Amino acid sequence: MSSDNVATEVLVLAEHTDGTLSKTTAELITAARILGEPAVVLLVSGSSGEASGGSSDATVDALCAQLGELGVAHVVLARSPEFGLYLVTPVVQALAQLVRERKPAAVLLTASADGKEVAGRLAVLTGSGLLTDVTELHGDGTATQEIFAGSAIVASRIITGTPIYAIRRNAITSQLAVPVQPEVHTVEVLLSASARASRILDSVVEPKGNRPELTEASVVVAGGRGVGRAEDFQLLEQLADQLGGAVGASRAATDGGLYPHQFQVGQTGKSVSPQLYIACGISGAIQHRAGMQTAKNIVVINSDSTSPIFDIADFGIVGDLHEVLPQTITALRERAGS
Amino acid sequence: MGKPLDLVVLVKQVPDSGADRVLRESNFTVDREASDSVVNEMDEYAIEEALRLKGEHGGTVALLTMGPEQAVTSIRKALQMGADAAVHVTDAALAGSCAVKTSEVLAAALGTLQWDLVLCGAESTDGQLCVIPAMLAQRLDVAALTGARQLTIADADSTGERVGTIQRQTETGYQTIQASLPAVVSVWDTINEPHYPTFRDIMAAKSKPVSTLRLADLGIDAAEVGFFGATSVVTSVVPRPPRGAGVVIDAGADAGAKLVEFLASRKLV
Ligand SMILES: Cc1cc2nc3c(=O)[nH]c(=O)nc-3n(C[C@H](O)[C@H](O)[C@H](O)COP(=O)(O)OP(=O)(O)OC[C@H]3O[C@@H](n4cnc5c(N)ncnc54)[C@H](O)[C@@H]3O)c2cc1C
Ligand SMILES: Nc1ncnc2c1ncn2[C@@H]1O[C@H](COP(=O)(O)O)[C@@H](O)[C@H]1O
Repeated sequence: MSSDNVATEVLVLAEHTDGTLSKTTAELITAARILGEPAVVLLVSGSSGEASGGSSDATVDALCAQLGELGVAHVVLARSPEFGLYLVTPVVQALAQLVRERKPAAVLLTASADGKEVAGRLAVLTGSGLLTDVTELHGDGTATQEIFAGSAIVASRIITGTPIYAIRRNAITSQLAVPVQPEVHTVEVLLSASARASRILDSVVEPKGNRPELTEASVVVAGGRGVGRAEDFQLLEQLADQLGGAVGASRAATDGGLYPHQFQVGQTGKSVSPQLYIACGISGAIQHRAGMQTAKNIVVINSDSTSPIFDIADFGIVGDLHEVLPQTITALRERAGS
Repeated sequence: MGKPLDLVVLVKQVPDSGADRVLRESNFTVDREASDSVVNEMDEYAIEEALRLKGEHGGTVALLTMGPEQAVTSIRKALQMGADAAVHVTDAALAGSCAVKTSEVLAAALGTLQWDLVLCGAESTDGQLCVIPAMLAQRLDVAALTGARQLTIADADSTGERVGTIQRQTETGYQTIQASLPAVVSVWDTINEPHYPTFRDIMAAKSKPVSTLRLADLGIDAAEVGFFGATSVVTSVVPRPPRGAGVVIDAGADAGAKLVEFLASRKLV
């Protein structure tokens, strides 16, 4: 297996649901090319030929085809029903085995909650250093991260073991590549008993309506305590729908029951990096800014001109969001109509 | 009431996230003297949860901190919430430790203590790595119940087995995860509402036992940890460049129209 392996192979852990690769996987592949030749690790639940209870062969074919479109020449495929049954550890053991067998130059994965746990455990198992929430990667292995809620940018280098990088979503722009027919290397992964310590009993997707995923949306309309009442979030939802965006909220809004917690943006919520972020009735506390200040364009609607959120606004309106939002919704409708 | 639970809560001292935080120019480690230090906020939720479990099952709650000498002020503060005792791992050689080595030291310290459950915050506000709890579970070879927004511990069954169940907060909802004890649990701020200590609690905290562990007590070589043993090195730190000054207007009847004009000028509509 490792005979065809070049010294600069970079393992990329693919993220996929229902036979579709995540957008982040393409970003990871682009990042991997900075360091070497990406070999994408595809871990799928179920065994070959199995149609129910796991991924079918058609699903695997579809995923490999998508990787081919992204110019990935090497896919390392491991199938086990256990990937979906236990939290994180089966993935860690599979990756640790691959690091031992293939001796990659680095391992890249997504800085999601699961991804960071995989990265941490893999670092322990392989005696390596890790960097999480990486926003930029350079050819010499230097990675940049944001610390202190995004107020400082740090460059670091891993000096021990096989460097492990958990890359922040939306931080790296995925680049087009020449499509290829990937070579699929199927591997047998051996899991130990400790991979089965934490059983996943069920996974519940809470209704989010049909808006785009907050972390992937190119437009986010977010509301804070200033929205005042839960009903008034409808104004933000209307605007978000007109712009094809998602709705976010500050912690004051989620804690106050104005909007569900899963939409919280910030240090303890989600990090978003959209083309456009519209902050309505949000003061701009550092913990909120931590999750949104890398947005390309920031629009602020706030009745208090001294709110710190204005410091990072590209366009700000000092006023009551309950008046400005309906005006905006009408103006957009008129523009679309004309 | 079933068998009592021995609980250890990991508490980290961090620079106050509301204040300006500083990295040392010399070696880019966190300058813990330049800013006010506080108990990592998420750890207060872990303490609260441990106290709730103690109330339900009986047992003990101990705090464990790895940090400089002055972290003892945060330990005393955290003890006011009602934990019984604390262990402080402190050694000059630990300054500048990376997450990988921090987890090694914490795991070694946990090896000297009795516990059924280790509770952590899901993330610290300075490093914000979200990796220590998973690394500890890996090193200690126990189950991880990470990212909890709800936690229940079932009393021992006939085999003496106790099971922990969490709702793990995910990006799209939650997962129900179950594991046998012993386990490491990490919690988000959605799990409970930490209480304010009473005057009596504050007074009581002053005399609670805080024991100190040095690297030698843990059998860890000083050269392996700290700044010089770190698995990664910081090569530069720069403040985030300020965003260019934007346009701010006062609302009026045409504010919405002006906003749409701005969006059009940036090709956003
Ligand atoms: C460890 C820690 C982690 C945290 N994590 C997060 C996090 O992840 N995300 C997060 O958001 N916060 C987080 N916080 C909380 C954060 O510090 C702030 O408390 C919170 O962001 C404030 O939310 P807000 O801006 O909605 O509310 P406020 O600060 O109360 O601001 C409300 C704003 O609305 C404006 N307003 C009021 N009425 C109107 C109106 N009619 N029209 C227009 N504007 C109006 C006001 O002028 C004000 O600026 C965290 C805090 C800590 C300590
Ligand atoms: N030095 C430390 N001492 C005690 N607990 C720690 C330390 N570092 C991290 N932790 C625990 O691990 C959790 C997650 O931290 P982190 O992985 O750094 O985001 C924190 O909320 C603490 O409970």
